[in-house]
Amino acid sequence: MRTADRARELPESGIRKFFELAEARDDVISLGVGEPDFSAPWAARNAAIGGLERGRTSYTANRGTAELREAIAAHHERYDQPYDPGEEVLVTTGASEAVDLAFRTLVDSGDVVAIHEPSYISYAPGVELAGGEPLSVPTRAADDFALTPERLEAAGAGEADLLVLCYPNNPTGATMTDAQLAEVAAFCRENDLRVVADEIYSALTYRGDHASIATQPGMRERTVVVNGFSKAYAMTGLRLGYALGPADAIDAMNRIHQYTMLSAPTTAQIAALEALRSCDDEVTEMVEEYNRRRRLVVSRFNEMGLDTFEPGGAFYAFPECGGDDEAFAEALLEAEGVAVVPGSVFGAGGEGHLRVSYATSMRELKEATDRIARFLAERD
Amino acid sequence: MEAEREVLDVLARNAREDIADIAAQTGLDAERVEEAVASLEADGVVHGYQAVVDWDRTEEGKIRAIVEINVELDRETGYEQVADRIARFPAVDALHLVSGDYDFAVEVLGGSMQDVSRFISEQVAPMPEVTQTVTHYIMETYKDGGVRFADGDDDDRLSVSP
Ligand SMILES: Cc1ncc(COP(=O)(O)O)c(C=O)c1O
Repeated sequence: MRTADRARELPESGIRKFFELAEARDDVISLGVGEPDFSAPWAARNAAIGGLERGRTSYTANRGTAELREAIAAHHERYDQPYDPGEEVLVTTGASEAVDLAFRTLVDSGDVVAIHEPSYISYAPGVELAGGEPLSVPTRAADDFALTPERLEAAGAGEADLLVLCYPNNPTGATMTDAQLAEVAAFCRENDLRVVADEIYSALTYRGDHASIATQPGMRERTVVVNGFSKAYAMTGLRLGYALGPADAIDAMNRIHQYTMLSAPTTAQIAALEALRSCDDEVTEMVEEYNRRRRLVVSRFNEMGLDTFEPGGAFYAFPECGGDDEAFAEALLEAEGVAVVPGSVFGAGGEGHLRVSYATSMRELKEATDRIARFLAERD
Repeated sequence: MEAEREVLDVLARNAREDIADIAAQTGLDAERVEEAVASLEADGVVHGYQAVVDWDRTEEGKIRAIVEINVELDRETGYEQVADRIARFPAVDALHLVSGDYDFAVEVLGGSMQDVSRFISEQVAPMPEVTQTVTHYIMETYKDGGVRFADGDDDDRLSVSP
């Protein structure tokens, strides 16, 4: 069938290739997985089952159920992010839909969208589908992959219309402090940049609480915050996220959402409400376990001579392997059956690095890091 | 203390973690971990390190029972004294003073149902303070020591994902 240029012209994701290589073997320990290894807290799953039993299988309001929006607003109130559940919250089918809606709502044809890299692979295609032009802003290992005004300046982001900000970051695990965000916020105000802040990993931080750029002076009115349940509550497959932002932006996003999605999955909304109501302890436990794994993985990589900065969030470490990261990852998979994702897949600044996910049991992490150490020893 | 607590969290999940791995996971240095383990043991916070066993899967098996015990105390005898006498039997795996309809909940481990009932009728029931015992044999264990006894949920995630 004839397909549209816009679809055909989207590049194949570099992740795909490694997925196929890894799937071709059956003895693989994968450190290439971008989702939690836990299941959603039982209370949330049980609530979803209860909803199905009671026959709650119809659409909800476009913006999501009022109860869920109120619970989301109350949750963010705790982090000094006040949003009005009536007008400033939109429940979406995963953070993915919220990101897509934000681009389609905020990007006019030809608008330039600055994306710091390495970053999650969906932003550039999303911007292109919305008719915008992605502008790559490489961040540096020397800055622990934080975004700085200098990096923005160097990439010419002052001319951009929108900035995509993703901290805690996939793939680096980098986080940014309030002080660092203040500098980026100043750049945005000076250059009249609006921001889409993908904060999906905000609950998974290990060195102090998450900081949001939307809480910086003058930023709330120019920022759409994207968040969701996938990572914090280990609910990736339930597909539930949301956007927080000024009423006019949320209203415009909802205008598209009402036609393209109608409403986010009802069962997932029921689970999410219960997650917010009663699952704080499970989240804390998951965070503590990720933290132990994070420390183990980072110290093991540094011991075996792959320099790894201490990531402050998400569940990724980003060790430096030097040289051709794709070749390294392929050889590692071939020799030891350990799958990692080459950093260059995530854009400029990722070369010479590997994304290592520690959303894997402690036992597997130990086995995998032993194998990587052996791979390095035998290679020399 | 903070360090003791972090070490305890690791040991409570997996008592076989070695010192180096506990150090890596907690960010403490190895000496501090050794110190923390020693003080947890000395303070009686950590009493031992045991495997979580599903006895039904062993060849000879074992029988477990939860026994409710009611006692009558007098001026000379308190719960402590009774507990001490019951706890000394090796067949007693766990012993708790509980609120509610009875006084002690005892977990008894034996080679067979006969072993367990003989132990209760010959050793426990005749104690002068014991007024009543009710024995519940455990038919099936689904979870113990925080560990679910099922074949592990398969990891059905894609092996590599964004
Ligand atoms: C940075 C980032 N944003 C968004 C998503 C997608 O989240 P969701 O499952 O809510 O669509 C992911 C998933 O990997 C991610 O890493």
